[in-house]
Order: sequence, then C-alpha cells, then structure tokens
Amino acid sequence: MSLSNVFGIAGSAMSAQSVRLNTTASNLANAESISSSEGETYRARKPVFAVQMMQEMGTSSLDASLNAGAGVQVTEIVESQSPLRPVYNPNHPMADEKGYIYYPNVNVVEEMADMISASRSFQINAEIMNTAKTMIQRTLTLGQ
Amino acid sequence: MAINFDSALGVHADALLLRGKRAEVLANNIANADTPNYKARDFDFAAVLDKQMGYANEMSSVKVATTQAGHMSGFVDPDMAADLMFTRPIQPSIDGNTVEVQEEMAKYTDNALRYQASFRFLNDKFTGLKNAIKGE
Repeated sequence: MSLSNVFGIAGSAMSAQSVRLNTTASNLANAESISSSEGETYRARKPVFAVQMMQEMGTSSLDASLNAGAGVQVTEIVESQSPLRPVYNPNHPMADEKGYIYYPNVNVVEEMADMISASRSFQINAEIMNTAKTMIQRTLTLGQ
Repeated sequence: MAINFDSALGVHADALLLRGKRAEVLANNIANADTPNYKARDFDFAAVLDKQMGYANEMSSVKVATTQAGHMSGFVDPDMAADLMFTRPIQPSIDGNTVEVQEEMAKYTDNALRYQASFRFLNDKFTGLKNAIKGE
C-alpha cells in the first residue's frame, strides 16, 4: 500500500537529516581543535545525499509507471578540502618548529546555517509523516 | 440485477488509491529537498485516473488516419500523460535541485484533503449499500 511507503520515505529523510545534524555538531564541537601539523588537524565533515530508488517494483502496471522512489540516503561522509587556518603563535605548547599551530577548516557561520536547514527539513518530514498517519487512520474507519 | 462493486463504488476507489500514490511521490520530493541534482516529479492526476479507469483509449486519445499500408497506426498515446513528469521550478537551485519545499508542501496538503474527500464519498457509498441490505 502506497501510503505506508510514505513512512519509509519521510523516515529516510529524517535519518539523513539527523546524520547531517550529527556532522554539524561534530564540526562545531571541533571548531577550535588545534594541532601542530596539517595532517593531524580535524577537517570539516559533510554528508553526501543521494536518491534512493525503489528496490523491487510492484507487480501492477501502476507501480511500474509511477515509481516514486524510496526517499534519500547518505552515501558517504566526506572531509572538506578547503585550506586549514594556520596561526603564528610560537609561545603555544603545540606550535611546530616554525611557530605555527593549525586550526580546522570549520566555518562556524556555515555550520549554523546548515544546522538550521537540517532541523527545518527534519521538521517538515515529521509533518509529512503525521499527515500520512491521519490519512491511514481515516482509512481504517472505512465502512464504520 | 446483480450489484457490481466496481460500478457501485464508481470512481472513488481508484481515486483513493491514486491519492495515496501521489502522496508517496510528493513525500519523496520533500525527502530529497536537499539532494543535489534531484528533479522534483509529479503526475497529472486526471490523466492517470482516466487511464486507471480505462477511459483513456475511447475518449481522450487522438487517432491518425492510416490510408496507406506503410502508415503506422499512430495515435497520441494517452499513457504519455500518465507517467511521472518533472515539475518546472520557479527558482531552481545552483546544485541542480528543483524541489521547492513550500510548493510541494502545498501540493501534499491539497492531496491529503482531496484524499479525505474521496474517502468520504467512498464511505457514503458503503453506508448506502449497508442501508440497502438492512432495508430499514
């Protein structure tokens, strides 16, 4: 029944958005995690979203011609390749031999915007699920 | 006179099924609102319902006259209008995504209301049948 697929679709979006929220939380928590070499420094993590296609097609021709897809999935989490932020601070205990410490390439403003976007998307999908629930509940009263 | 459920329930059973299907398509659009290169999709409800009811072939297809042996029996396939189609975005995003969440949300809510309307019609049909059986 197609209405119960809505739960799977909205659910996939909610879990994808919560992965996105998790990476944002990790990035913000590590925004000031300095280190003494470029290789060891934390890099901002970003999830990659992709369409999830319906695994098996239904037997009816309606399902075949109107294959809606099955929501969204997180295919991988990539590290941002934007440059790190070296700071000259020779008195710092973690400074390298040239006197530099390295800050992660986390852009705090960008992360906050990402966080708001993710939480709004999560909210909308919860709303979709709620509406589908009302529709199914209504259907269960058919003939009463 | 035998009562045939298909003719007794009319269009509403099919309409309810398709409303459920459309809810799925629209929910999928909203789920992929942040997916790069995803194109929002929807279908023409009236065309699909016509096809589902089997009206399309007699009524809405445009046939082409075949006067030579080599002519194709070409006719404008009503099925073309009865598939998932891409929506035209008002403001496409730079990442190639064409989902407009507010548009999709409006369509989804509209669809849910029409689902309830179809449901009510269907329910009334059943109530009518039940009354006929009881004969009160």
